[in-house]
Amino acid sequence: MALVEQEHMDDTGYRLSEAAPGDFIALLKPRVMSLVVFTAFVGLAMAPGVPNPLLAMISLAAIAVGAGASGALNMWYDADIDAVMGRTAGRPVPAGRVTPGEALSFGLILSVLSVSTLGLMANWTAAALLAFTIFFYAVIYTMWLKRSTPQNIVIGGAAGALPPVVGWAAVTGTVSIEGLVLFLIIFLWTPPHFWALALFKSGDYERAGIPMLPNVAGHAATKTQIFVYALLLAVSGILPAVMGFAGLAYGVVATILGGGFVWYSWQVLRMPESDVSMKPAKTLFGYSLLYLFVLFTALLADRLLAGFGLVS
Amino acid sequence: MDKDFVKPTEAQLKARRKRSIALAIALAAFVVIVYIGSLAKLGPSLFDRAM
Repeated sequence: MALVEQEHMDDTGYRLSEAAPGDFIALLKPRVMSLVVFTAFVGLAMAPGVPNPLLAMISLAAIAVGAGASGALNMWYDADIDAVMGRTAGRPVPAGRVTPGEALSFGLILSVLSVSTLGLMANWTAAALLAFTIFFYAVIYTMWLKRSTPQNIVIGGAAGALPPVVGWAAVTGTVSIEGLVLFLIIFLWTPPHFWALALFKSGDYERAGIPMLPNVAGHAATKTQIFVYALLLAVSGILPAVMGFAGLAYGVVATILGGGFVWYSWQVLRMPESDVSMKPAKTLFGYSLLYLFVLFTALLADRLLAGFGLVS
Repeated sequence: MDKDFVKPTEAQLKARRKRSIALAIALAAFVVIVYIGSLAKLGPSLFDRAM
């Protein structure tokens, strides 16, 4: 039972927590974490060499926890703007279920634990990359870029693109061109994915004072940039086949998927300013999630089939 | 010095119990991960050492 001096209770804001374990899991951004784990797994599976399966699983868990830690640090810092956006107002910190101090401690402890575990169980190159990813997301993106430039998610997207590089490094101990191609694919995927969301959620971002591209440069410029990035993404998606570390079947899948991305981006580009429902933007947002998942699944399948000698 | 005891509500007690269980599971999982990971990393020779 807690013992508290009554006279200090109001001054210190002391309270007994009603936070459930689920609130701390929510701080880890499980949906983002699942994407991180998946892309890191593909990086790990694509890397040359056969890692110890147990160490590979522990490495993936460490990468997942590292991603979760950066999510917790993001929610600690962004509680003020999360509170005014409908999409994020129910998060544990703005909703008052977890205090900012608890979220900060949780994020910092998990950061240290995940980086040290990856360093000890895999290697320190992968651990350094994971530490850089957490730093980039929490400090460079969340604390600096997000509130200061409409290019926030372009540069900040590097943090979300690093997990396959970390996965690759966990096996090889090095950073290679193949890992960087996987990085490039996610890096180019991030802007059209988030700008599609920002188009139909621009009111939310405006209320929170976040300079997302649609609020700063306007919808027309955003649509154009989405289309340009879609073209670059479609080309980068087939690079693994062109460079020879994925097969022809993957190349065909990547071309079809890239074509779909360009098509849906074209629909967004043609979307009239008067369209308040913004269905094409919503469709592109949904398709972008499917695109990344299927593309990386195709890479994985290609590697597995090649391992069994079923494709060249 | 006068002291007042803060009596937790039923909801606070329930939440604390759940947090304690979750923390215990997480710590136990971490111990198992470090143990198994050490064995996998260092191999069976881990136990084959002079006392």
